[in-house]
Amino acid sequence: MLTRTEHHASRAGGVAALMFIGLALAAPVAVLVAQGTGSDVSASQGAYLARITWFTLLQAGLSTLLSVGFAVPLARSLARRPSFWGRRWLINLFAVPLGLPPLVAALGLLEVWGRNGVANQGLALFGVETPFSIYGLSGILIAHVFFNMPLAARLILPGLERLPPEYWKTAANLGMSGFNLFRFVEWPAMRRSVGAAAGLVFMLCATSFTLVLVLGGGPAATTLEVAIYQALRFDFDPGRAVLLSAIQIGLTLAVMLGLKLISVPTEAGDTKGGGTDRPDVARGWHALPDAALIGAAGVFVGAPLVAVVISGLAADLMRLLTDALFWRAAATSLLIGIAAAIVSVSLASLMVRARYSAGDQPQSRRLGLLSGMSGAAGSLTLLVPPVVLGAGWFLMLGGGAGQLLAPLAVIVLINALMALPFVMRVIEPAHQSAMERNGRLALSLGITGINRIRQIDIPAMLVPLATGFVFAVALSLGDLGAIALFGSDRIVTLPWLLYQKLGSYRTADAAGLALLLGVTTMALMIIADRLGNRSGSALWPGKQLQ
Amino acid sequence: MTHAPAIEFDNVAYGIGDLSAEFSFQRAAGTVTAILGPSGAGKSTLLNLAAGFLSPRTGRILQDGKPVDDLPPSARGVSMVFQDNNLFAHLDIRTNIGLGLDPALRLDDRAWRKVETALDRVGLAGFGRRQPASLSGGERQRVALARAFVRRRPLLLLDEPFDGLGPGLAADMLGLMLEIRAEVGATVLMVTHDPDEASAAADQILLVSKGRIAADAPAEGFFERHDLPELESYLGRKSGT
Repeated sequence: MLTRTEHHASRAGGVAALMFIGLALAAPVAVLVAQGTGSDVSASQGAYLARITWFTLLQAGLSTLLSVGFAVPLARSLARRPSFWGRRWLINLFAVPLGLPPLVAALGLLEVWGRNGVANQGLALFGVETPFSIYGLSGILIAHVFFNMPLAARLILPGLERLPPEYWKTAANLGMSGFNLFRFVEWPAMRRSVGAAAGLVFMLCATSFTLVLVLGGGPAATTLEVAIYQALRFDFDPGRAVLLSAIQIGLTLAVMLGLKLISVPTEAGDTKGGGTDRPDVARGWHALPDAALIGAAGVFVGAPLVAVVISGLAADLMRLLTDALFWRAAATSLLIGIAAAIVSVSLASLMVRARYSAGDQPQSRRLGLLSGMSGAAGSLTLLVPPVVLGAGWFLMLGGGAGQLLAPLAVIVLINALMALPFVMRVIEPAHQSAMERNGRLALSLGITGINRIRQIDIPAMLVPLATGFVFAVALSLGDLGAIALFGSDRIVTLPWLLYQKLGSYRTADAAGLALLLGVTTMALMIIADRLGNRSGSALWPGKQLQ
Repeated sequence: MTHAPAIEFDNVAYGIGDLSAEFSFQRAAGTVTAILGPSGAGKSTLLNLAAGFLSPRTGRILQDGKPVDDLPPSARGVSMVFQDNNLFAHLDIRTNIGLGLDPALRLDDRAWRKVETALDRVGLAGFGRRQPASLSGGERQRVALARAFVRRRPLLLLDEPFDGLGPGLAADMLGLMLEIRAEVGATVLMVTHDPDEASAAADQILLVSKGRIAADAPAEGFFERHDLPELESYLGRKSGT
């Protein structure tokens, strides 16, 4: 319910937002293309590109296989045991990796799985001489499973819990158990979400940057994203970066189209209430396999988090907190985060409003296009991963060396675009219901135009807007992708500082920083989640679109 | 000689506090018992105990004189029909019935012919390849009865199976259920909240109230009785009329 003038304003705003996003995406891609046409692929470079592409696909495929391969039996076990002590707590724990900055998680994983980590000390007790190495493919896989197995389990579990209780009673009555139950009941219920989860995890792993950067071991274990970064930052070989970017975009495009074909990502429903009773499941010592699996998953996900806390507390936090560089990094991070959040929430609001306005006249093809493009704009940013986006801007700015404002603006822009799909997801349903509630009333009272936005729409949308804002700040705060290209002595953010400490083996400092960064982002994520729950919009597990 | 009851609840207690229930009763083979009572009285608890979905805190449940408490639900000689969701919605009709014969669906031609016969028996010949969603609610309940028919278990438990079907259809289904019961020779425990259904189908009544059996009596003339306060309040009759 908008007036004619409001419709015009909404659509104009939507078009402006779209043009802004289009420019932000197209400009760097255009630069990449322009630079790329000048470079030619030599035979040796062809082999290099093929190897990097192959490794990207290989690690993404294996990560997906492992993540979903563990998530399926885990979700099944959790559904079989609808009430045990700490179940709800455990499922909440599985949401933590989604919100954790990858760099912080990497540090925790190093503490557990690294050369002197708990895992290797355990192995040494059993007389295993050669320590397990986290660097290389194995480390990348562990990290990706740490991030994505809980995500996949949370996506798959609701499919089982949604089944009517009569199913389990019938199964018990007919004597279906074990493999039969899996074949006839459980797997059909999970199949859709398993497909969606697998596609999503593959996408996340194929564009994973930070984890591969930290845990990948040299040229043998490098993905496209990291190779782009290395080409620009260390070798200054724009031609190679351009080729790698082109392959990366082609790859994500293919994966996204494939995802569209196999399934729509299912919503991760609410799993907090616990499942229904399972009379088909034996109790007592029969619960042991399920308990072992659930326990192992809990330890696998929980241990790195505990390690971050323990090693962080052991660090000299006082010295860290009195370090001027830390405060400069924190201030920069916060400024970037707030700026990115403002940009992201503004863009999302304009597009959501335009989509609502366009929805009033579904017969118009032009408006349908506006609505569709605004909806797709979120996913478009996924098509061009942050590092690729950054690479284009990096070349446009000539490396950004010696500059301050331009690189900062680019980092803000990239972070804003990264957060956009999630912010839209939070704002759109809330806006829809707010308009349904207030639209007619506002119109009948003659409250229109800017008055309406100020007095009715913004107050009604305050909580979802705040949710999106806080989430965008948190996401930006933990991001290493954009800063990795532009970070310098003059531009230091917390993740960048943490990465440098890791690189120079200042492990204690890194642990302290990781704790501070992890606690801050998690606190923001929890605030966003709580706010989101209050406004009834599902943010969590919000990363499923990424 | 006296036969052991087909089903016996021997001082069966379940749960504690406000939700506790205690049942003692027995039924001879081939009888039909209607279980009545207000919602939350424990009717479904009674049925779930008989099916083995719940375990008693104390007491014993016996079938044909043998304790079955340690047996899993599938080993108890029980078929069950619920009000809804009796069929796995993603499996076709013949698979849904076939699973009643073998939980792994290892069926030979003879078994599959049994499935077809059962479908024929409930008036759904040729429906085998259809999906449950393409059937009406009444047809789906017929499939559930067909599954009970092929299973031929001595105890048939029905949890408000014809609720929400409309009076005419419910009466038809009740008739079909009674025929199938007679052919299988099963003993029936049927939860219902329809007194007419109870009088039409049942030989005996169990009136359940607050987790206890308030009345265990023949169906004949039961609803004309005025000496049971629980019955008066259940039927909404003012006492003294």
